[in-house]
Amino acid sequence: MIPELGQFLVMLALVIALVQGTVPLLGAQRRDERLMALGRPLAQAQFGLLLLAFCALAWSFLTHDFSVKNVAQNSFSQLPAIYRFTATWGSHEGSLLLWTLILAGWTAAVAVFSRQLPPEMVARVLGVLGLVSVGFIALLVFTSNPFERLFPIPADGRDLNPLLQDAGMISHPPLLYMGYVGFSVAFAFAIAALLSGRLDAAWARWSRPWTTAAWTFLTLGVALGSWWAYRELGWGGWWFWDPTENASLMPWLAGTALIHALAATEKRGVFTNWSVLLAIATFSLSLLGTFLVRSGVLSSVHAFAIDPTRGLFILAFLGLVVGGSMVLYALRAPRMVGGASFGWFSRESLLLANNVFLVAALGAVLLGTLYPLFLDALGLGKISVGPQYFNAVFVPLVAPVLFLVGIGPLARWKNASLPDLMWRLKAAFGVSLLTAALLPLTLEGMNLQVTLGLFLALWILFTVIKGFAQRLQHAGSDRWRKLLRLPRAFWGMQIAHAGLAVLVVGVTMVSNYEVERDVRMPIGSHVELAGYRFVFHGVEEVRGPNYLAGRATMDVTSPRGRTFTLYPEKRNYDASGMIMTQAAVNYGLFRDVYISLGDPLGDGAWTVRVYHKPFVGWLWAGALLLSIGGGLAAADRRYRMVLRRRREPEPEAVFTPAAAREVR
Amino acid sequence: MRSGIRIAAALLWLLALPLPLSASQPALPNADDPVLEARLNALAVDLRCVVCQNESLAESRASLALDLREEIREMMRDGLTDEEVVESLVARYGDFVLYRPPVKPLTYALWGGPFVFLLIGIGVAAATLHRRRSMPESESISPEALRQAAWLLQSNDVSPGAQAPETPGGPRPPSSQER
Amino acid sequence: MRRWIPLFVVAALGVFLYLGLYLNPKEVPSPLVGQPAPDFSLPVVGRPGETFSPTDVRGEVWLLNIWAPWCSICLKEHRVFRELIGDEVPIYGLTWKDLDREAAPMLARNGSPYVKAVDDIDGRVAIRYGVTVTPETFVIDRHGVIRMKHVGPITPRVWDERFRPLLRELQT
Repeated sequence: MIPELGQFLVMLALVIALVQGTVPLLGAQRRDERLMALGRPLAQAQFGLLLLAFCALAWSFLTHDFSVKNVAQNSFSQLPAIYRFTATWGSHEGSLLLWTLILAGWTAAVAVFSRQLPPEMVARVLGVLGLVSVGFIALLVFTSNPFERLFPIPADGRDLNPLLQDAGMISHPPLLYMGYVGFSVAFAFAIAALLSGRLDAAWARWSRPWTTAAWTFLTLGVALGSWWAYRELGWGGWWFWDPTENASLMPWLAGTALIHALAATEKRGVFTNWSVLLAIATFSLSLLGTFLVRSGVLSSVHAFAIDPTRGLFILAFLGLVVGGSMVLYALRAPRMVGGASFGWFSRESLLLANNVFLVAALGAVLLGTLYPLFLDALGLGKISVGPQYFNAVFVPLVAPVLFLVGIGPLARWKNASLPDLMWRLKAAFGVSLLTAALLPLTLEGMNLQVTLGLFLALWILFTVIKGFAQRLQHAGSDRWRKLLRLPRAFWGMQIAHAGLAVLVVGVTMVSNYEVERDVRMPIGSHVELAGYRFVFHGVEEVRGPNYLAGRATMDVTSPRGRTFTLYPEKRNYDASGMIMTQAAVNYGLFRDVYISLGDPLGDGAWTVRVYHKPFVGWLWAGALLLSIGGGLAAADRRYRMVLRRRREPEPEAVFTPAAAREVR
Repeated sequence: MRSGIRIAAALLWLLALPLPLSASQPALPNADDPVLEARLNALAVDLRCVVCQNESLAESRASLALDLREEIREMMRDGLTDEEVVESLVARYGDFVLYRPPVKPLTYALWGGPFVFLLIGIGVAAATLHRRRSMPESESISPEALRQAAWLLQSNDVSPGAQAPETPGGPRPPSSQER
Repeated sequence: MRRWIPLFVVAALGVFLYLGLYLNPKEVPSPLVGQPAPDFSLPVVGRPGETFSPTDVRGEVWLLNIWAPWCSICLKEHRVFRELIGDEVPIYGLTWKDLDREAAPMLARNGSPYVKAVDDIDGRVAIRYGVTVTPETFVIDRHGVIRMKHVGPITPRVWDERFRPLLRELQT
């Protein structure tokens, strides 16, 4: 009964989305207030319907309703409750339902938090979002029904893929989708602007908080995906340049370029056409990501079940959305670009440089990901493009961006003085370079990669501090209070940039200084690594809720004498028979100790891999700081200015140059 | 009797001594020849497991992957260089087995692409910068625009898109019907 | 004019993605086609003391079929061999990693479609042939050169469309 209800709700949502996608747009075209006003209630209704439908599916999972095909394929009688819930989005159909729900959620959020926008704008934005929803819900209804029944009803399910039975599964897909889907709002704003013909700084200001919010979620989503892979895949890697990872990185790169381009568009009215194009491109990359993961076009550890017909549907939808937007852009993007002038060295030009490198890096990742497909489609054979390629092209393109992070925020708009900036930053530059060059010497000897990474990180950190100093220059004794009252957007930027520095430290140190040992361990034997001593006390059989595991006991002693015990496992899952290595990790501020169980050797001995990974936690700490920064920036007070009725008549306004200089 | 006490004391003394932490022996590396193994792993990281979804030969635990590693070990023991080992695998599985795409006419676009993107970007940026610089330095601001600016700065009504009224005469406070 | 560039790029991408839907990213073309078949000398299944090597059948056109007793699709393929192909062309089998020693009894029980089957217990010869899955079949000509590799089971349709024309050409 409940699955059928869920199905019905989804179909109803499709109808609502159809109305939402047409009527408000018509209303905006004709300036019909009543039609335009329909957008808001429709959006909220759609969200309500899809939320209930999602609950219906989750209910089926939680109550072990194996008559539902999706539940039978992805759940198991002994699966712990939390994973039964997350299994709701563990399949192609379920995750698509989650996608539509989140899309409806963002749409409803726009409907609620857009009081200060002109009605035609709101109507158009909601209309475009409605059209996008139509596509996804149609996909759900016609090709990927999560509520499909199964007959005869199986006695038990086939269990959720063991790789998905982890904390990462609980958080990664929802946050990732919040990011992916969130960029649909920026997209909708861009399309609305093109439709209305109003492409100005106001548009940039309206779409900026939504874009930043979506970016924040995507950052968290990508970071969690990396953390999850680190924990689950058994050898402690955190980024593989796998096609599905790239599918989430590309919209992130575009989104990062977008939030920076929007800064210039909002403040100075420049790069308007480019911002619009980039907004469309970012969401297009989200859609491309969805396509790549679900269509079987690329081979990946992560791919959903392969189905060319579904892939065709998604591709058609993708073509319609992206192709349509590009046609609209070509036809409606203003030919006359407005905005002011700026010098060759100014914050605008530095933001431009930021975009150049980010987009080149994006292009490189896109090229590398799709190149095997290009060659194969042309009948030119099959090649593989692995991490070796991506690292080689990505790092040189992103390093300049990291350097610019130090200069950009300190440069003035319109015209900045390079010699002045160089003079002010000479200390930061010198100290960073010196420290970065000398530090590797104290460890293992000269290392250019480490020097580069550390230099960039220190450089960013110092310039962030300099940024604060510059803002508080004239505060005097009031410094600390003024510090706290600096705009959230400023704090957000500084924290995010600092987070970037932390992330770079993590990447640099763990890539260059991680060590491992692969040993055969009889019971009672020990192995030493990086000053740590590991003693193996054998493996005992342990029963989990839906698996049988061999659990090893490893006593670890740190160089300073602290001891702890780790329990790496080798699990055999009942329903699927899949064997999975569950690594044991001791997380630390400055290092992770990671143990992975290998294979039994007889007589109780096992092969074991022990790892020492310095600063790997800084990767995710940096990503977290990036998100916090983004969240702060999105919540800046200036976005939430509320209309207030004026009581008294305005005093006569006098314009003086002095007054003008106060304004930033 | 006294010797008994001495013996007991000696035994107690022995018991009080911290015993060595491990009667444990150090674990042996999981390879008969660690040097060869290290060389194998360094090579295997760059090779693709052809039957897996997307894993390297170093990481994969698939049966064929383990066989291939053994094959590589054999070749290394037979004295083949790294290049020869790779060549032999490519002869059987094609370029697909290489994670680092070889640089040949087929992949010029791949390796050159990012550089081309960068050049295009720099070109467009340079053109934009040039255009922006040669724009009129700052268009003279009309008194009308100044009035608008002042009104916006001082008004409590902050609504993006709000327009100050345009009056041909002197500045006048906007009426309360304005948004 | 510049404003139409994005659309053009998107359209080109779309074409490739469409083509990609109907390709299989895991189907690897073999560079061995056109190369001499790697040589080997392996014991024959069910005939202790006897070995077989490709040079033994130089001058003939033959098929080398990689199979394993634990591969159910291979066993279905055997039926196709027996019923459809019969004596059209000699088929030799390479038994891949038969660790449980099931090949001989299985072939005896079901009837062997092979002229001879060899035992590649550690899979090393299969690797030399670039094998990734079972079953795979190679067409080898009179001079010992591999002319075609087919991945996956041979169905009647595959036989008609891919094998027959080639064999006709090679056998004349």
